Amino acid sequence: MRVEIRFAGFGGQGIIKSGIMTAMAACIYSGKHAVQTQSYGPESRGGACKSEVVISDDEIDFPKVTEPDVLVVMSQHAYNEYAENVKKGGIIILDPDMIPNEKKLEKVKVFRVPATKMAEELGRRIVANVVMLGAFTAITKIVDKKALKEAIKANVPKGTEKLNSAAFERGYEYGGKIAES
Amino acid sequence: MTETEAFEHPFAKYLRAAMMPHIWCSGCGNGIILNAFVHALDEMQMDLNKLVVVSGIGCIGRAAGYTNVDSFHTTHGRPIAFATGVKLAKPELEVVVISGDGDLFAIGGNHFIHAARRNIGIKVICANNFNYGMTGGQVGPTTPLEALTTTTPYGNIEHPFNLVHLAAASGATYVARWTTLHVRMLAISIKKLLQREGFSFIEVVSPCPEIFGRRNKMRTGLEMMEWFRKASVIENFSDPAKAEITPERIVVGEFVDVEKPTYEKLLHDKMAQILKESED
Amino acid sequence: MAKEKTVLTGVHFMSGDIACAEGAIAAGCRFFAGYPITPATEIAEHIAARMPKIGGVYVQMEDEIASIAAVIGASYAGLKAMTATSGPGFSLMQENIGLAAMTEAPCVIVDVMRGGPSTGQPTLPGQQDVMQAKWGSHGDYEIIALAPSSVQEMFDLTIEAFNLAETYRVPTMVMADEVVAHMWEKLVIPPAEEIKIVNRKRPNTPPEQYLPFMPEDDLVPPMACFGEGYRFHATGLTHDEHGYPQTQSSEAQTKLVQRLCDKIRKNADKIVRFEETMVEDAEILVVAYGIVARAALSAVRKARENGIKAGLLRLVTLWPFPEKHIAKAAEGAKAIIVPEMNCGQMVREVERTAKETSVFHLSKLGEEPPTPMEIFEALRRHSK
Repeated sequence: MRVEIRFAGFGGQGIIKSGIMTAMAACIYSGKHAVQTQSYGPESRGGACKSEVVISDDEIDFPKVTEPDVLVVMSQHAYNEYAENVKKGGIIILDPDMIPNEKKLEKVKVFRVPATKMAEELGRRIVANVVMLGAFTAITKIVDKKALKEAIKANVPKGTEKLNSAAFERGYEYGGKIAES
Repeated sequence: MTETEAFEHPFAKYLRAAMMPHIWCSGCGNGIILNAFVHALDEMQMDLNKLVVVSGIGCIGRAAGYTNVDSFHTTHGRPIAFATGVKLAKPELEVVVISGDGDLFAIGGNHFIHAARRNIGIKVICANNFNYGMTGGQVGPTTPLEALTTTTPYGNIEHPFNLVHLAAASGATYVARWTTLHVRMLAISIKKLLQREGFSFIEVVSPCPEIFGRRNKMRTGLEMMEWFRKASVIENFSDPAKAEITPERIVVGEFVDVEKPTYEKLLHDKMAQILKESED
Repeated sequence: MAKEKTVLTGVHFMSGDIACAEGAIAAGCRFFAGYPITPATEIAEHIAARMPKIGGVYVQMEDEIASIAAVIGASYAGLKAMTATSGPGFSLMQENIGLAAMTEAPCVIVDVMRGGPSTGQPTLPGQQDVMQAKWGSHGDYEIIALAPSSVQEMFDLTIEAFNLAETYRVPTMVMADEVVAHMWEKLVIPPAEEIKIVNRKRPNTPPEQYLPFMPEDDLVPPMACFGEGYRFHATGLTHDEHGYPQTQSSEAQTKLVQRLCDKIRKNADKIVRFEETMVEDAEILVVAYGIVARAALSAVRKARENGIKAGLLRLVTLWPFPEKHIAKAAEGAKAIIVPEMNCGQMVREVERTAKETSVFHLSKLGEEPPTPMEIFEALRRHSK
């Protein structure tokens, strides 16, 4: 089974890293095949960027995402660009505070996670992507929670492990709740 | 075998006989520069197995091949960049670049200022003959204002580089200028150049009567040397900014002689520091 | 002093650029000179962090011309040396790539291809430099160029590039693309003793008898290095076996330049590498390389599921081009599709070698490589 996930937002939100951590969790800590690719503009901060992950039980030939099963999106610009491209029956996880204008979409499930606000409550806006990853894990169950936590630990700067772990748990809890309802 | 045949020039071991005769015109200063260089090597009893001579393209570029040591004749403008690779790969080697004003300061100017800035421990000797001799005498980065060349047939309107000022400003730790008339001073200066640790530079103002001189009222080597004799003044450690070469005045001498840690040393120290920290 | 490990044996999740840097270090590269450029910068950054810990040199030069010149200098001083760049820098390096070919300096040049010409699209992928790799410098010469299509191959083929450069004393290129370079995937680094490492042939003659450019039977001369007492000369001018300039001799020009070409051409069977998937009974063939080969593999599988007898021939060496194998594979095929992220480059080589078989180019420029669906559609169209 091949699953395609697209993370999108703007530069500086940790979008690229979210993809890397998800793919790493699936590959190194869950024994599946996984690959992450990316696309970004010339800006270091603020430009549109996306990070794509393919996870499969079999060897992955084409590593790029063509029609994602899941879109995790954190900016209006990225939402406008990619919302309609999600596979029928797919999932969109978005940050409603970053995306004030939603389109009317059919045949996709939309989950709203105020990740940026939650990250601010934790003291650091920068961990919004990790809150989002927590929610993504709880909602989609594509990647094992323990594996993702390992991958986050391996990728975040030393000294920020606790904060990132808290951010992940916050998102995971929130995601679990909205997935049930 | 007659006695004359048995005679070997005392400097024969420094030169590649198989490369002779050289390509230089009569009256050219390149032979004097090579002679001074070899004198310096001889006086220092330099280990020829640990010396690398690198040159670029131009008449003087052939000097690398004429010297009987490890030598490399690079592409136009690139001897300093090549020499940087040699020096950093094997810091124990003495790496000397011998090249011309066009090679080192027009097409290769960027490499010169950056090697000087980094203080790579290479030694650069520039034969400044005021023009591109090998291609028939075109204007170059050191051609004096109003000089006639094949591409400035109405007189040069480009301001020339003052090479010693450029070298000093870029961070060279030893900077000197001599003309080919100052052979003893030049040889002594080359010895100093070879003894210094950091990026060192000597400009040798050199006659090019066949190509440059004949268009500028100095048809023979002798006439050009006469200019050097009349115009040159020795002013050691004077301000290099004021050492512009004009028809009336060529300031020669040593301009800079300072110590500063070389790139190789800083690299070595940095490595030691990193390894020590990783052990602690 | 305890140095860091040079071969990071184990399973990693890594980007292509970093895998390339680790491959170079594992191959024995101890000198890197470069200049920052997207999308190859991460190679330099990783090497800058690693080299001081393993006793190697990283130097950031003033431009790419200086970078390749320094690499040639370090190679002549005896180190395995590399630079990494992208299109604009690759263009600047071309004159000295010719110098490396002429003076037979073993060295590795990584070109992470982005969209060109000129500054083009710095963050987007391309395959537009593959002909430049072969023909970029003036004059006649041969080089070797490899095209990785995975993170694992960014590691493996960088090692292979060093081995080939050392074996044939030739500049060897790793022609990667932005997707492969920035992609993160699993990388397995084997134990050091399982990695095949080749070092340049050394002279076994005493210095006074050493002829630096006298080839042996494989057309490759043994190489002494600076500071070892051989006191030899090398030049970008046409030269004889002594390394002395021969600027007027037609014979010297013919002998040297023909040998520089022949040492690769006549050893091509040993150098050429490619990968075949379902080619044996294929009626329609895809020839692809780099990231595009992975889309092609997906397309070929889909075609087989749909009853189309498709096969894939993936180029691992772009240069020398696997002429014989393409010609043989083409014999049984009705058509060949060549998808590339350029306006038609390697397709010319396929056309030249496939002769009777119809060859169709599928061009894709910009952000995305051709998709499996696009290649599948081409297969369906041309298999009828």
